[in-house]
Amino acid sequence: MFLLLVGAFFGAASGYLGSFMVLKRMSLVGDALSHVALPGIAIAITFGVNPMLGALVALFIATFGIWYLSEHSEVYPEALVGVFFTASLSIGLLITPEAELLEALFGNIDKVGLIDGLMVIIGALLIFVVTKLISRELLLGVVSEDLAKSQKINVRKINLIYLFLVALVVALGVKFLGTLLTGAMVIIPAVTAKNFAKSIKSYYFIASFVGAISAALGILVAKLFGISSGPAVVLTAVILFVISFISRKK
Amino acid sequence: MEGKPNILSVANLKVEFNNHVILNNISFDVKRDSTLAIIGPNGAGKSVLFRTLLGLIPFKGVVTWSSDAKIGYVPQKLSVAKDLPLTVNEFLHFKEKKQAKINETIESVGFLKEAGHSHNDKRVLGTRLGDLSGGELQRVLIAYALLDNPNVLLFDEPTAGVDVTGEETVYSLIHKLQADEDLTIILISHELEVVNQYADIVLCLNKENICFGPPNEVIDKESLTKMYGEGVHLYKHHDHE
Repeated sequence: MFLLLVGAFFGAASGYLGSFMVLKRMSLVGDALSHVALPGIAIAITFGVNPMLGALVALFIATFGIWYLSEHSEVYPEALVGVFFTASLSIGLLITPEAELLEALFGNIDKVGLIDGLMVIIGALLIFVVTKLISRELLLGVVSEDLAKSQKINVRKINLIYLFLVALVVALGVKFLGTLLTGAMVIIPAVTAKNFAKSIKSYYFIASFVGAISAALGILVAKLFGISSGPAVVLTAVILFVISFISRKK
Repeated sequence: MEGKPNILSVANLKVEFNNHVILNNISFDVKRDSTLAIIGPNGAGKSVLFRTLLGLIPFKGVVTWSSDAKIGYVPQKLSVAKDLPLTVNEFLHFKEKKQAKINETIESVGFLKEAGHSHNDKRVLGTRLGDLSGGELQRVLIAYALLDNPNVLLFDEPTAGVDVTGEETVYSLIHKLQADEDLTIILISHELEVVNQYADIVLCLNKENICFGPPNEVIDKESLTKMYGEGVHLYKHHDHE
């Protein structure tokens, strides 16, 4: 029961945060970022620290790197980001102890303890509050960056805060979704919501709701059938997406 | 108009990107409550000049706004994604909390209290930005700029991507705004008729200041050749005066 709650908090936070990611057309950044978590987890395991913390540190460093590159070059250095992330995934694969590898890649809900769960809930609440605070600025930046800047909004700073939040949400998810699949939870609930939403309020709400439902249902299914939690959660989200897609087509 | 003070003064403005000179040696003044049109070919630096005036990009030279200048900016037609789930009302709420003020402003840009089509009246507030026509979106952007009662409006190509009927509404709206007391309008355009009809002063731009003054005095064959004639032979060397 506690795990379902933890999952729901994580899902809602990633859905809400992801709704901006999809609008900003940087859906794959979340996905790419999640790969960086792996070497962080590996190092944390080696030193006997909580893997979530290791992931968080690695993610913060990578996030700052992405932000710096995107602010300081004329074109968005997508290729460079691609190289950087596959490199970190490879390093992660090499240095993660083999026994832990599958778990690190796809998540294991049984390893999520009370402390982990509380960290996720607190982190999710933090994400909600901070995202809410910068939501106006973020969205105005999506509509027109020049318009936002002309209103004295520091778009760079807002983008950095936002990317840090993405790093945080990915770190929160790695333990039960794994590094390969956490990024999916930033994207799928948001694109699902986009198929239904008529206004931005309903968009945020549906994205959070779909995120929460997918995570909770997925964890339940994983527990009941003894399967890996990462794929279970992501596939639940995908099913909801397909439903939303079909209903939109009508 | 002659006796009015300047609201904006630009002197020796120079803008460079990566050692590439975009604007050079631009100087001009804008009188309060007047309408200035900036014309020039593509790549002449018109939008860059705007972004400089807004303080968005670094530059050399001096840009002085009068201390009470309050700038409203209407960006060039936005590429709003069709599926962006943001309604007009939610967009306007970015700037203004009071619904009454929003209703009032949306009416002032030509959306009626009641009309046959739902996009023509206040119901437009519930419409997504992506579902608006070019002209409607432009008027919404004007409303957004007007919300905090600016005394300067910067229009970047107000009718780019707007169909003919929408164009008329946008220009009649600009004409209406000109009647407002103490509202200075600076607009970018490439339509000469529009410039002749609406602008008090025109600034012809092609990286440098080609001409500046009342349109019927300064727009002639010579200045047009300097602006557009050269644009055709963009890769030949420039006419250094």
